Order: sequence, then structure tokens, then C-alpha cells
Amino acid sequence: MFNIVHAEFLAPGIKRFLIQAPRIARKQKPGQFVIVRIYEEGERVPLTIENSDPQKGTISIVVQSLGKTTSLLNSLGTGDHILDVVGPLGKPSEIKKFGTVVVMGGGVGTAMTYPTAAALKQAGNRIISIVGARNKELVILENEMRAVSDVLMITTDDGSYADKGFVTDKLRQLIQNGVPIDLVLAVGPIPMMRAVADMTRGERIRTLVSLNPIMIDGTGMCGGCRVLVDGKSQFACVDGPEFDAHQVNFDVLVQRNGAYRSQERQSMAEYRRELESQLKSTEAEGNGVCVVKGSTL
Amino acid sequence: MTAPPKPSLNPVPVKERMKMPRQQMPEQAAELRAANFTEVNLGYSEELARQEALRCIECAKPACTKDCPVGVKVYEFVQLIVAGDFAGAAAKIREDNVLPAITGRVCPQEDHCEGGCLMGKKVKPLGIGYLERFVADYEQRMGVRNLPNVPPSGKKVAVVGSGPSGLTVAGDLVQKGHKVRVFEALHELGGVLVYGIPEFRLPKQIIREQLDYMRDMGVEFETDVVVGRTVAIDELLEEEGYDAVFIGTGAGLPVFMNIPGEHLNGVYSANEFLTRINLMKAYKFPAYDEPMLDLHGKDVAVIGGGNTALDAIRSALRLGARKAYVLYRRSETEMPARAEEVKHAREEGIEFHMLTSPVEFLPDGVGWLGAVRCVRMELGEPDASGRRRPVPVAGSEFEIPLSVAVIAIGTSANPIVQSTTPGLGTDKRGYIQADPETQRTSRKGVFAGGDIVTGSATVILAMGAGRRAAKSIQEYLTTGEW
Repeated sequence: MFNIVHAEFLAPGIKRFLIQAPRIARKQKPGQFVIVRIYEEGERVPLTIENSDPQKGTISIVVQSLGKTTSLLNSLGTGDHILDVVGPLGKPSEIKKFGTVVVMGGGVGTAMTYPTAAALKQAGNRIISIVGARNKELVILENEMRAVSDVLMITTDDGSYADKGFVTDKLRQLIQNGVPIDLVLAVGPIPMMRAVADMTRGERIRTLVSLNPIMIDGTGMCGGCRVLVDGKSQFACVDGPEFDAHQVNFDVLVQRNGAYRSQERQSMAEYRRELESQLKSTEAEGNGVCVVKGSTL
Repeated sequence: MTAPPKPSLNPVPVKERMKMPRQQMPEQAAELRAANFTEVNLGYSEELARQEALRCIECAKPACTKDCPVGVKVYEFVQLIVAGDFAGAAAKIREDNVLPAITGRVCPQEDHCEGGCLMGKKVKPLGIGYLERFVADYEQRMGVRNLPNVPPSGKKVAVVGSGPSGLTVAGDLVQKGHKVRVFEALHELGGVLVYGIPEFRLPKQIIREQLDYMRDMGVEFETDVVVGRTVAIDELLEEEGYDAVFIGTGAGLPVFMNIPGEHLNGVYSANEFLTRINLMKAYKFPAYDEPMLDLHGKDVAVIGGGNTALDAIRSALRLGARKAYVLYRRSETEMPARAEEVKHAREEGIEFHMLTSPVEFLPDGVGWLGAVRCVRMELGEPDASGRRRPVPVAGSEFEIPLSVAVIAIGTSANPIVQSTTPGLGTDKRGYIQADPETQRTSRKGVFAGGDIVTGSATVILAMGAGRRAAKSIQEYLTTGEW
């Protein structure tokens, strides 16, 4: 059992959890993730570690409600428990002095880039961060990213905050303006990472992406998270999660991530129905209480 | 070897014993069990167990114990069954084997105790495995516990991995008074016993009961710890105060075939397929959240001929597969799976295609598996394993329509512990090097055994390594000498 020390929404549907996990907090390095199982019948899902505090023995994760498990997780709050949290898993990001590093976070992917950006900054790199979101409300970790960046650019798809457009628009500008870039790190939705890879490939800019395929054990045992990199099978949990973006076969990644789409929809639909019936019964109870109160008054 | 007590407790004259038939294991009917996950073998009744025990001819030089990797005193426990002391028989087994209900179910007795049984030369060997299972289940049913009563030694031992080798080390050493803590990477204890072996062969309840027994003996368990990531071996030794560490992390990474189409949806490794079913209970979706491809009415094939392959394909059948094939590149003689499992699978309707090897997985046009292209094989000269090497027959390619394929051709070493433990010697395939007698590694105080040393093997061989390691850890903890 892992105690949730603190939980807060960063944006609609995106929640940050501070979890008591002393062993993980001690060992966590930027780029690594945990696997979480909420309750006995739950599935195992990989989630990025945003930060850790070895002294306090806590780690923080940022979760966006997408399917049943993430929605269920985001219904938990301070004082609740998570049945299993295991990690830190995956190879840590390579931290050294590259020169100028462009760190790109799309949506909740920003949370994953944060610790790496911070460590790269610490290692003496010039950090240009580009944070993107669909709209103003969904921009997360702006202050945190600003604190570790030499330059911070923000884009929103609808222009409701900062500059209208995509993170790749900013990257294109940087390239066109002749800014020397030694490394690009891009974490976000697959179409975004693919677009970044396509843009930097011709420019021969070293580009890393952090992949999030379907995973079960997270230790290399099951092989479910295999991705095709440079034509070879690699396991995201032990060989990754970061890979050379120019070598990643994104088509295979998209296809494999969709393997359980219909089951995922079914799970989510049933979860919604359950929530609604719970809501109804709570309302009914609520009315009951009112009646009683009314009669006693 | 203990000499048989005189006079023998067995009232049946030896000549008559040879005429007694081997008592058959009661089974769930094939047509029923092919559609459920409950155990195939139902276990001996007391009557059947006594009858079978009476068959032991009490030979002068019994091979059963000698051929057992953990050295169970077979003759002695069988005599206790003859005497009607079932709890005593269980206690006798426990002197050498802390997981009798498990080995009684999954051990390949034909290769060990029963393989050497003198009766087998003339008639059929004594049903040692069935008897072991019987007394282990009896012990559990009666709630019998033989708990160690030894003073604490003050020494601490960390065991990495809660599979068969790790549990054996833990069970043996806790009885010597050491404080033993087992670390498990997954959320459930048991290693391959829980993620690999299906319910119909080894019910999870049995594993839980054996683990409860170990807890009662004083073994501590900690799940969700990936040693090498969550904590390093060196940290266990230096910071957490362990005097010795045993590494039993098991067979790690699944091996793929590296043929075209392996990334199609519908192509699984056996580890993933079985983990979804056994550990994550995906066959109970949506009551459990982990999903599984719907196999109802689908054609499924497993590639490989070992017990894992049969576990996978028999699971597929139980999940509603219309056709369930085993594709194996050698002939039945070379199949590593247990004879009993092959028999059970056949009875259930599994089709075996021998001398058949896949060369390509073909898509159905929308990103899913649609068929497998195979080539026929023929057997050539013996290879390094001593088995005749399969050679493709030119121009023999053919296709089998398929929705799901499960690759069960073996595993390679998981590198997590090795790569995070400086100075730990490994062989060229990445397995941990350990002395075959003492299970000592190149690092002082660090021992290893089971599949992470030998590559994929059986539960009982891993337990044998665990026994040797426990003995050698005991020696090291007592003398301090390396």
C-alpha cells in the first residue's frame, strides 16, 4: 500500500499526486517511470515520475484521465492509498553537457520532460523549452519549466494562451533562425513526437523521444512493450523508454497501442455507468436525509 | 540411504505388489475441462493413496531419492502413508522440500524420482508425485504446521525473487534461525508459479497456502521491489545490513523469432500471454481490468514444444479458441513438454503440427495477424543439444489462417540485476555465473541459482539449486569464510 500524501489538479483532468514511496524516491533519476496498480482487480499502467524527494521519501506523478484506470486514479485524493507502485523503471535519461537542448513537452508529456530538463540545466546545458497544450487550461508546469529553462516558449492549439499553434511551429522557427541545436527531447502524443522526428531528421539534429507503449510487468519479462527501433525489436521498459526518434517506427507503435481499443472503450463505458448509478444512489440518499431533516424540524 | 525398517509395515507380499496396478489420477473430463480453468487433476483419495503406497517394493538401493534434485526421502514418506500417518509423511517431505503441494503438481517426476523407480522397469513406476501431492493437500486441509523452533542466529539474508529457487532458499534458511526477507518485483508472490503456470495445472490458492505456511515459519516478503532498480544488491549488503544475498530472478526476457510480421497485433510472447491470463486474470475481463484479445471462435497457434507452449495453447482453448494448434519444428520425440501434459492437451482437442516452423506472420490488411506462413522441416544430424537438428524442406511452404500466435521458444537472461551489480560475473549469454555445487557467485556473500544461472529449466531444478545455495549460505554465515 502506498499512501497519497497530497493530490491536486494541475488542469482539468490532469492531477498531480505526491506518493509516499521511500525506496523509489531514493533511486529515481530523470526519465524513469513507475508502474501502478490501484486495486486488486486493476491493471498495471506505466506512469512518469515527475519528481522525487529522497529526504521526505515521496515521488510525484502527473496523471491525465484517459481510460478507466487513469480516471479511477484521478478520483483518488489526499489520504487515499494505491495498492502497488513499483519502480523506478526504465533507463534514466542521459545527462551530460550537450550544448543547447530543446526540450519539448506536449500535454501531460511536459511532466516527463521536467526532471530531465532540470538535470540537463544543472549539467550546464542551455535549455530552450517548448511547452504545448490544446488550450490555456491545459498548460501545466509553466513555472517549474520556466525555472529550469533559459528560454520558455508556450503554444496552445486554439491560441487561448501564449502563441497559437503547435510546438513544432516553434521548433521550425528555431531551426529557420539558425539556432544551433545539439539535442532535442520530445515527449508527448505520438503524432507530436513523429512530427518532431520528421522535422529534425533532415537537419541531422539528434532527437530523443520517450515512448509509452502498452506494458505489463515493466521489467522485460513479458515483451508486450516491444517497439521497432532501427528495424529491431526493443523493449521500452528495459531498453527505453527513450529512443532515437529517427529510428522509431511510429506506425508500429500506433498500431500496437490500439490493440485493446475496443476493450478499453468497454471498460470506460462500464466505469461511467457505475459512476452514474453511484451518483444517482447518492442523490437518492441525499433526498432521504432532507426528508428526515424536514420532518424533525 | 536409510535401510528399510524390518519388519516392513507393508502387509502385501512383494510379489503381489508387482501385480497391483498403478492407481490412476482422477481427472476432470476432457470435454468439461477444455472450457474451464479449474484444475485438471483432482488428486488421490485416502484410499487411492494407501493403495498406491502399498505398491512400493522397498528395494535395497532406491533410486528415487538419489534422482530427486532436492533429495526428498521418498521411501520413508511412502512408508508413513502405508502406516496411515499422512501428516508424518508430509513432515518427512518438508525436511527436504518446502513446497510439496507445488512439486506434487508440476514436477516432471518421470525425469527424477519415478524415472529411477525399479517398478518402472517391469510395470509402472510408483506414483510418487501423486502421493506427494496427496500428503501435501492433506497437511493443508488439516492445518498441520511444523514450525521451526530455533534460536535466532542474528544473521539476515535477502532473497531476490519469490519463485521456486528463492522460496526454497528462504524456507531452508528460516529454519536455521536466520532472518529472511524475500523481495519480489511483481505485485504477487510466486514468480513463474503465478505468472507462468495456469490455474488448471497449479491453482493460485495452492501457492497462497504454501506462502502462508512460509510466513508462519517466519519468512518476510516485500512485493513491488525490482532489485537492481528499486534497491541495488550492494545497498542490501552495505546499507540494509544483509549478511548474504541469494539471486533467483528467473528466466528473464522472452525470445522472439525475428521473422517478418512479429509486431502485428495478435502476436504474443508466451510470457505476455500467460501473464495476462494468470497474473492479471485477463480471462475474467471486464471484472478484472487487464484486457485480452477475444479468442472466441478464433484460430490460435503456439510456436514451441515445451510446457510453457502447452500451458499457453491449453489456456487459449479455455478462452474459446475454435482451433488450437501447436507448431513445433522437431518431432514429438524431441518435445521437451511432459508426457502427461501432451496427453492432456491431446484429449482436450489441441492439434499438433510437428516438423513445422513459421517463417512469416502475415497481416490481415488492417494491422492484425491474419495467417502464418510455415515451412516443413526434416530431422538431420544431432545438434549441440543431442537432438536431431531440424532442417527446412525446400519448397514446402504453406499458410495457416490465424488470429493469434503465441511464441514460446524460450527466454534469455534478464540484465537488470547483473547490470547494476558491479563485479558480478556473467557468462557470454548474460546469465549469472555461479558454482554448480555452492551456488556462489564472483561476489562475496552473493549466491545465485535457478533459471538466471542455467537458463530456462524446471521448477524442481530451480529448487535443487535453492537447496544447494541454502546449504552453502548456512556454511558461509557460520564460518564467515568465502
